Amino acid sequence: MHKHIPTAAWAWLAAFVLLALLPVLPEPVGSAFHQELGAKVLIMAIFALSLQLLVGYTGLVSLGHAAFFGFAAYTVALLAPQSEAGNGWWLLAASVGAAALLAFVIGLLVMRTRGIYFIMVTLAFAQMVYFVFHDTDLGGGSDGTYVYIKPEFTLFGHRLLDLEQSAHFYWLALLLTAATVGLLALVLRARLGHALVGIRHNEQRMRAAGCNTTAYKLASFTLAGGLSGVAGFLFAVQHGYVNPEILAWHQSGNALLMVILGGIGSLPGAVLGAFSFVLLAEWFQGMTKHWQLLMGGFIIIAVAVLPQGIAGGFVWLRGRWQARRRPTLAAVVPTPQESTP
Amino acid sequence: MSATPFALRATGVTRRFGALAAVHDVSLDLQRGEIHAVIGTNGAGKSTLVNLLSGEIPLSAGSVQLDGADVTHWSQPRRARAGLGRSYQRNNIFLPLSVRENCRLAAQMQAQQAWKLWQPAARCRFSTARADQALERAGLAALAGRAAASLSHGQKRQLEVAMCLATTPTVLLLDEPLAGMGPEESARMLDLLRSLRAEHALLLVEHDMEAVFAVADKITVMVDGGVIASGSPEAVRADAQVQAAYLGGHA
Amino acid sequence: MDLTTFLIQCLNSVQYGLLLFLVASGLTLIFGIMGVINLAHGSFYMIGAYMAFTLSSLVGNFALALLLGIVLAVVLGYLLEWCFFSFLYEREHLSQVLMTYGLILVFEELRSILVGDDVHGVAVPAWLGGSIAIGNGMAYPVYRLFMSGVCLAVAAGMYAVIRHTRLGMVVRAGSTNREMVQSLGIDIALLYRVVFAAGMALAVLAGMIAAPVASVYPGMGGSVLIVCFVVVVIGGIGSVKGALVAALLIGFVDTFGKVLWQQAAGVLVYVLMAAILLWKPQGLFRQGT
Repeated sequence: MHKHIPTAAWAWLAAFVLLALLPVLPEPVGSAFHQELGAKVLIMAIFALSLQLLVGYTGLVSLGHAAFFGFAAYTVALLAPQSEAGNGWWLLAASVGAAALLAFVIGLLVMRTRGIYFIMVTLAFAQMVYFVFHDTDLGGGSDGTYVYIKPEFTLFGHRLLDLEQSAHFYWLALLLTAATVGLLALVLRARLGHALVGIRHNEQRMRAAGCNTTAYKLASFTLAGGLSGVAGFLFAVQHGYVNPEILAWHQSGNALLMVILGGIGSLPGAVLGAFSFVLLAEWFQGMTKHWQLLMGGFIIIAVAVLPQGIAGGFVWLRGRWQARRRPTLAAVVPTPQESTP
Repeated sequence: MSATPFALRATGVTRRFGALAAVHDVSLDLQRGEIHAVIGTNGAGKSTLVNLLSGEIPLSAGSVQLDGADVTHWSQPRRARAGLGRSYQRNNIFLPLSVRENCRLAAQMQAQQAWKLWQPAARCRFSTARADQALERAGLAALAGRAAASLSHGQKRQLEVAMCLATTPTVLLLDEPLAGMGPEESARMLDLLRSLRAEHALLLVEHDMEAVFAVADKITVMVDGGVIASGSPEAVRADAQVQAAYLGGHA
Repeated sequence: MDLTTFLIQCLNSVQYGLLLFLVASGLTLIFGIMGVINLAHGSFYMIGAYMAFTLSSLVGNFALALLLGIVLAVVLGYLLEWCFFSFLYEREHLSQVLMTYGLILVFEELRSILVGDDVHGVAVPAWLGGSIAIGNGMAYPVYRLFMSGVCLAVAAGMYAVIRHTRLGMVVRAGSTNREMVQSLGIDIALLYRVVFAAGMALAVLAGMIAAPVASVYPGMGGSVLIVCFVVVVIGGIGSVKGALVAALLIGFVDTFGKVLWQQAAGVLVYVLMAAILLWKPQGLFRQGT
């Protein structure tokens, strides 16, 4: 049976193939520094993508997403053996599983709250997780703990990747980003994803139609938490060091910013937002010690002026272009969002 | 389908907000093949009654039975899955989505299968079939691809009812479906309601007296949260209390 | 724990709780009436503490510094509402969260530029120094009693205004039904400005009187903000009574937690919040009480 593969899938594929070429490009473009920066961007992209599912598609604004990211990172650091390379498959599965479990537990507690309460309690619970790691000896307290040797991914005795090499780590990050996008696209295309979008647009209506919205929201929360664990795993492996600050609420705030910067309700938007944010932060930090002033000002202006984010800007431009080609009333009506990932 | 004659039965339904009883000791029956209208002045508690029957707000006292089962403590989603559908007084649709998707989403809730992630929702035969049927019934088939936000007010009211139909309910609670409609659209809506009567039990909350008397089989009159009369249209029209409180003395 | 220690911890709990109430009441009022979630509220507290530091070194007199600080806070609040917050009322929560988050960063860096990143202390003014003897040779600092006193006075004042004045009536009405108040012809823009300035002043005052007891340090805004959120969630958004009850509850849990179980102390408050959420997802009291 012939399956229709949408244009968006080809665009993603092309983008990933192009990005995969980075390490083989000649210096200075393909330098180790750029590979590491690229991996950093990809890690944040996964983090932002996971939050996009929750905020952009389910309509749940969480200010505590860093808790799951950080919990996964700590899981890697705590489970990784100190004297030999750990099993990459196991560590990845364990950290994602841990993040998902934490998300499920916290989700159970917060799912009955709405609107502004939800924002506040997610922040509060994330802060609780921060205190657990900061005040106790669980993860070395405020000093944090290390991943001494990078984990290995082996298949039938062969080591697939040497994560000490920046190129290999970059490709792993790229692969996991692609997997995340693929999984999210699948979910959004399926009944579950459509129901989540329905909940975002009108939860009351969904309930009136027979949807147990609490269960669906919990599923979204858990899935989003688990996916942020993928980012947490990569973060721990790249840095080799975790401390409570990765659980700080500023990290959650940054994640939200990436999502809104790129555009709510758009998967490419989340990636664009992460890309913009990381590069912007690097740029500002290079300019002045007081870079947070610039970042703060930028956030305020960006949110005030571009509520639909970068992706929204593209949609607006496309609308204007279509209107110029076919000047009708159709230009004013936004296109239905049920099938575009 | 079931042994009991009543598709929906409310007994002594009461809802208190602090000291105020918005709905007080209301009882009514709904049968398949019947349009039961509920009329009353503003603030009589009609919309609250619909919210109580659909499960959106909990009862302070009384009980609700759906097809013989006691659903008093059932959540709204559970009642909806059991065949109790409702439409809203103010348009409560998914504005950014297409008309078809509005209905398809509603229909999907009857066979959710949320864990089957590999199947695209758009190719779900169950929900798309029911959505198309509902749109056909409501006369919106031609507009299926349009964004719901681009519909006229009257068309949005039709979509409200279509979404309710998409869940293939036994009982329909319709809260002022004619609100804000012109004469032509109202006539079409009434035709739709008449056509639905055969297989469903309809509870119709309305302000439009002409429409109510044209289409209802039974009428219940509410004033200040309580029922002052209930019966055939002729009986209600002749009732002295109703005439005094509501119809203003003219028949 | 003997009776005297217990008494002292109770007094500490009450003092901490009342201080939290002062900050949280501003937050809950601003949300209840204007529907704005303001992450920068913790920064107001921080501004208060730093104001106490700079003003008292400038003016030399703590009481005068307090007065000056309150006036400055009201003016600042008025301007901030006019230039920034008034644009947030129409926006959805996500935008409000992010814009106020940006504001936090701006405030933090401005503070860093103007006053630096050092940790400071503020001296307890001489006329409030000393302690009162409380049996068994223990003594309780007069200043802490002063703090509780100020908070109680403010709470009483708020109660009087909210329950017994026209302004209070409008505030109560506005927190349950914004459109209605607008349609009554009341100048809603002015009302919002006044409420916001008052809310900011409350947080600034709290920061100022807390400065001699807690140290004045860069991250203080963030920590107080999150505890305030917990107060508002437990007490119920828009409920001043709820904020008081919740703040006192947290005061006791936190203080006794630190004494009885050091390691878990930071977490106990959140456990309390989780427990209350399971019981009442909307908080203890309804909006507008």
